[in-house]
Amino acid sequence: MGSFAPERVGPEGPRGGPAGRPATGREVSGRLPWMLVVPALAGLAFLVLPLAGLLIRAPWSTLLERLAEPHVLEALRLSLVCATIATAVCLVLGVPLAWLLARVEFPGRRLVRALVTVPLVLPPVVGGVALLLVLGRRGLVGQWLEATFGITLPFTTAGVIVAEAFVAMPFLVISVEGALRAADRRFEEAAATLGASRWTVFRRVTLPMVMPGVVAGGVLCWARALGEFGATITFAGNFPGTTRTMPLAVYLALETEPEAAIVLSLVLLAVSVIILASLRDRWVSAP
Amino acid sequence: MSLEARLLVTRPAFTLDLALEVRPGEVVALLGPNGAGKTTALRALAGLTSLSGGHISLHGAPLHTLPAESRPIGMVFQDYLLFPHLTALDNVAFGPRCQGVPKAEARAVAAALLERVGLAERAAARPRQLSGGQAQRVALARALAVRPELLLLDEPLAALDAHTRLEIRSHLRRHLADFDGVTVLVTHDPLDAMVLADRLIVIENGTMVQQGTPVEVARRPRTDYVARLVGLNLYRGVADGARVKVGELLLHTSEHLDGAAFVAFPPAAVALYRERPDGSPRNLWQARVDGIERHGDNVRVHLDGPVAAFADITPAAVADLDLTPGRQVWASVKATETHAYPA
Repeated sequence: MGSFAPERVGPEGPRGGPAGRPATGREVSGRLPWMLVVPALAGLAFLVLPLAGLLIRAPWSTLLERLAEPHVLEALRLSLVCATIATAVCLVLGVPLAWLLARVEFPGRRLVRALVTVPLVLPPVVGGVALLLVLGRRGLVGQWLEATFGITLPFTTAGVIVAEAFVAMPFLVISVEGALRAADRRFEEAAATLGASRWTVFRRVTLPMVMPGVVAGGVLCWARALGEFGATITFAGNFPGTTRTMPLAVYLALETEPEAAIVLSLVLLAVSVIILASLRDRWVSAP
Repeated sequence: MSLEARLLVTRPAFTLDLALEVRPGEVVALLGPNGAGKTTALRALAGLTSLSGGHISLHGAPLHTLPAESRPIGMVFQDYLLFPHLTALDNVAFGPRCQGVPKAEARAVAAALLERVGLAERAAARPRQLSGGQAQRVALARALAVRPELLLLDEPLAALDAHTRLEIRSHLRRHLADFDGVTVLVTHDPLDAMVLADRLIVIENGTMVQQGTPVEVARRPRTDYVARLVGLNLYRGVADGARVKVGELLLHTSEHLDGAAFVAFPPAAVALYRERPDGSPRNLWQARVDGIERHGDNVRVHLDGPVAAFADITPAAVADLDLTPGRQVWASVKATETHAYPA
């Protein structure tokens, strides 16, 4: 018995090139094509210049006073609270929805997936109108909500959260579904052979393994909710203290005192950058 | 009280049809080439692949009607599939936790099992910090932690390097000997199968082609695949007393048989000559060298002729004989080196 197949040896790794030639880089680099470089630079300027303009025109001397104004703080607090609660709602509803789309075969799954992404491409104002028609005082569900529980959503803080969640949830669902599809399902099989029910498999194996995708989706979702304007103003209105979030405040201030609008915009910009930077290294970028 | 199954899985281009009977305490290895259906059979036993037909019963109770999570099984996967976000200890405690054992108790069970596989000091390590051999042992401990009645092992040693493999093979053998349930393991490595299993079932193209103890299978291969695995030249012919006619060639054997028969002999028993040898041995034929390759310390010569055969000779003999592909040689085998058995 001496004829066992030899142990297979893996493919050899790439070796360095012959001496005298750099291992990386191209031998002949040639000129960069202006057909690509010019539009690329223009695109970069287009993205960066407005942000630079915001910084240049900012009333730095009076910044702190303006930030401390009660209505600014109020709008900021409302924005942060609403976006956070909306994200929580999206997580509670969206993660199971993503799981359903990624893990369960059911008729019409493609249609459901298409429907989930509709709010992504729908103009937010249209979304707001649609929400009014369904959840408004005379709306299909809104009528029943008011009659049964005495709950009215339009023009309330809860309405802001509903509008933000409606617009932001597709970002979360798509992100989490992608993570679920990319995850190795054999770990779930291994858990099943150990006696784990499907719920236990989800809770103890699937969810921990797709956590980076869930966090990335949550961040996207939160950022989208924070900047929500169209659906919010249509469905929840523009009442200081209850529904006037930062984007609404910016828009309003622009007509009366442009400097205040700049300050508010800077705050939003700063919040976005801080969140992005703090999460980027740990979660958003792939390990 | 045992495993009794008929596994029928039909796919567009493949059908698995396999009958299995395994006694408690017995270790059965499903051996076969890639794509033979070994892993499909194992997954069907686990409930990860659904049966198109047939049945599985364990200790007289139907198993095929239960989902994977309700079957009393433990499974070791080829690349172990240890949960990367859990420590070794929590990986092993996972099964007992799913069975409703309280956390502290499950961890105590897991710690005891890690101790048994010699990894008590690695309990807090994550799977990516474990070596291949350690991961294999944690995977075994995890499968045993659910106190399975049916233990399934899918290529348990395939992912290990040669040195670790040797060590883990004997380690695994000890644990399988201690296990009193039914064990079914899948492998394409004949050595793993011979060392670990009490009985081999050879599968080719979704069906069983041979079964028996490792000794029987190694001594009496019944297909070319098995013969190659165990390193024998194998021919099928018609026996008449102490002679077996294989095609045009008449081979003299030490056994007396009648009717359809197999003849097998090891490549090392084949002697090669430039010229027709004097005092000629009885099993002699003229062959053409078809190929030459290194084989361990020796050289394996592929021969063409009335029968295709392998001959193992020393490198010195290759030089003496001036062997090159295409050269005509004489090949001989002593009757006492052949082994004939009914087909």
